[in-house]
Amino acid sequence: MADAVPLGVSSPVPTKKPKWSRKAKSDNLAGYLFLAPWVLGFLGFTVGPMLASGYLSLTKYSGFGSAKWVAFQNYDKIFQDNLFYTALYNTSYYALLGVPAQLIVALYLAVLLNMKVRHVNLFRTVYYIPTVTPAVANVFLWVWIFNLDFGLINSLLRLVGISPVNWLWDPQIVKPALILMSLWSVGQQMVIFLAALQGVSEELLEAASIDGANDFRRFISITIPLISPVIFLNLIIGIINLFQTFTVAFIATNGGPINSSLFYVLYIYRKGFESFSMGYASGLAWILFMIILVITAIQFYLSRNWVYYESGGAPS
Amino acid sequence: MEREEKFIGSLSRQFGAYSLLVLGAVISLMPLYWLVMTSLRPAGAEFTYPPEWIPSSFHPENYAIAWNRAPFWIFTFNSVLVTFLATLGTILTAAMAAYAFARIPFYGRNVWFALTLSTMMLPWAVTLIPRFLLFKYLTLLDSLWPLFLPFWFGGGAFYIFLIRQFIMTLPLEMEEAAVVDGASRLRIFLLITMPLTKPAVAAVGVFSFIHHWNDFMGPLIFTNREETRTLALGLRYFGDEQFTEFRLIMAVATVMLVPVLVVFFAANKYFVSGVALSGLAGR
Repeated sequence: MADAVPLGVSSPVPTKKPKWSRKAKSDNLAGYLFLAPWVLGFLGFTVGPMLASGYLSLTKYSGFGSAKWVAFQNYDKIFQDNLFYTALYNTSYYALLGVPAQLIVALYLAVLLNMKVRHVNLFRTVYYIPTVTPAVANVFLWVWIFNLDFGLINSLLRLVGISPVNWLWDPQIVKPALILMSLWSVGQQMVIFLAALQGVSEELLEAASIDGANDFRRFISITIPLISPVIFLNLIIGIINLFQTFTVAFIATNGGPINSSLFYVLYIYRKGFESFSMGYASGLAWILFMIILVITAIQFYLSRNWVYYESGGAPS
Repeated sequence: MEREEKFIGSLSRQFGAYSLLVLGAVISLMPLYWLVMTSLRPAGAEFTYPPEWIPSSFHPENYAIAWNRAPFWIFTFNSVLVTFLATLGTILTAAMAAYAFARIPFYGRNVWFALTLSTMMLPWAVTLIPRFLLFKYLTLLDSLWPLFLPFWFGGGAFYIFLIRQFIMTLPLEMEEAAVVDGASRLRIFLLITMPLTKPAVAAVGVFSFIHHWNDFMGPLIFTNREETRTLALGLRYFGDEQFTEFRLIMAVATVMLVPVLVVFFAANKYFVSGVALSGLAGR
């Protein structure tokens, strides 16, 4: 997985040949002692559960008693399950529109916050506050903002003479509404973009403006390529996160109306923890894993064309 | 002359930028303003048209009503305990792993590091059901253990990565001097490296604190009894009657928000710098 290191990570110490000197022995011992908690957690809470989930997906299991081996029956059923396709469609829609929207907003805010204006530190803090608001509180708040009769957005729309929209209860609109809502808390991506923008060389930008490039041109031709590794990082993490959206749909709409916000992980939750079909739910989870794996692999492949690494330290 | 034009140009640009920033700040804060105001509204006045920007009368007793409606003191205690233990474990064990990756040339280090990074791309949803069954097997369901125990095992790849990158930027001299003086790895880690790593650790601490304080899905899956609920889940207590009791939900949400804001403001100066210096910027 050398390709999994897109971040310009270089390792200064070459791996030694396994012919141990005393120092190497003590380094190995110390290294693994320091790493021990993580290694144990990796095996016990990641690798183990992954394998267990794969096994469970081949069984019928209610969470009680013992699991009954059914081979690929769960997968057969899943591929004939209309709700599976609905959930997959909803989630893809949400992720494929939501991630670009989030990244654009987060980058825009980061650019604003990277300008040399007064009180910029205060603004940085204020812009991050929506992200630290408890997700549950957030959702309840937006349920009001989107409310048909009393909600803030519809009140504003009425003021300018537009008829109100039933944001969360219209099957056509609920997903865009949820995307709109997610744009309010893009602080995490924003901070990462901001950190990247602060690393963009002033000299390069100044040289470009001496050559007559305007702000927009400099942004497109210098800033974007220089921060492209971070755009890529946010893109990868964003897609993985949005494919696993749960809380918003669970609380705000509970998947409705007519399953139009039934997201994939919500469906896994219902199957696993409400109908206690844990084998079936594990099958759903493994399909999600495969989908995310394929999407991530495609992104790594495509990244060769647009992600620019400044120094030679990064994998090609 | 030309200089003056340039000055005025930059002044108007500053003004434009400043106005944009203020507009964004208003949008950022407006829902929070509404959250706090709604928590103070009289019963039944949560929803009015047109929206009332300032409540007709203020009712701080909503907080007491909410707290008496359910065992919110227990929920609060649970939230504090889980958040504290999980964050402590995350900081300690993530820093240990990060130190090993940054400073100790042990065999297989690069492979482990690549494996660690690749876990960032695993969907947690895949491990959800087996984790549930694991804790069921350990008879730890319906306790607070599942909510903090896993975070004493490295805390998560992102945090390890963040701290590791930060340690890489620290000069080696002090550690080398300590080695000459015969200090052990553990002493060097605890007494030299950790104190220097404060910005990154603070950033990780804030991320972790906010995550666990606000976590909804963990408590939803692993706890069921009232005595093991946390605040985030307790908010749902009013869920069924959300339209009549909206002010109570908002009262609990306001209380939940306070410690988050305190921690965030206290650690704010480390926040962007901790992320920035860690070299997350890709160089």
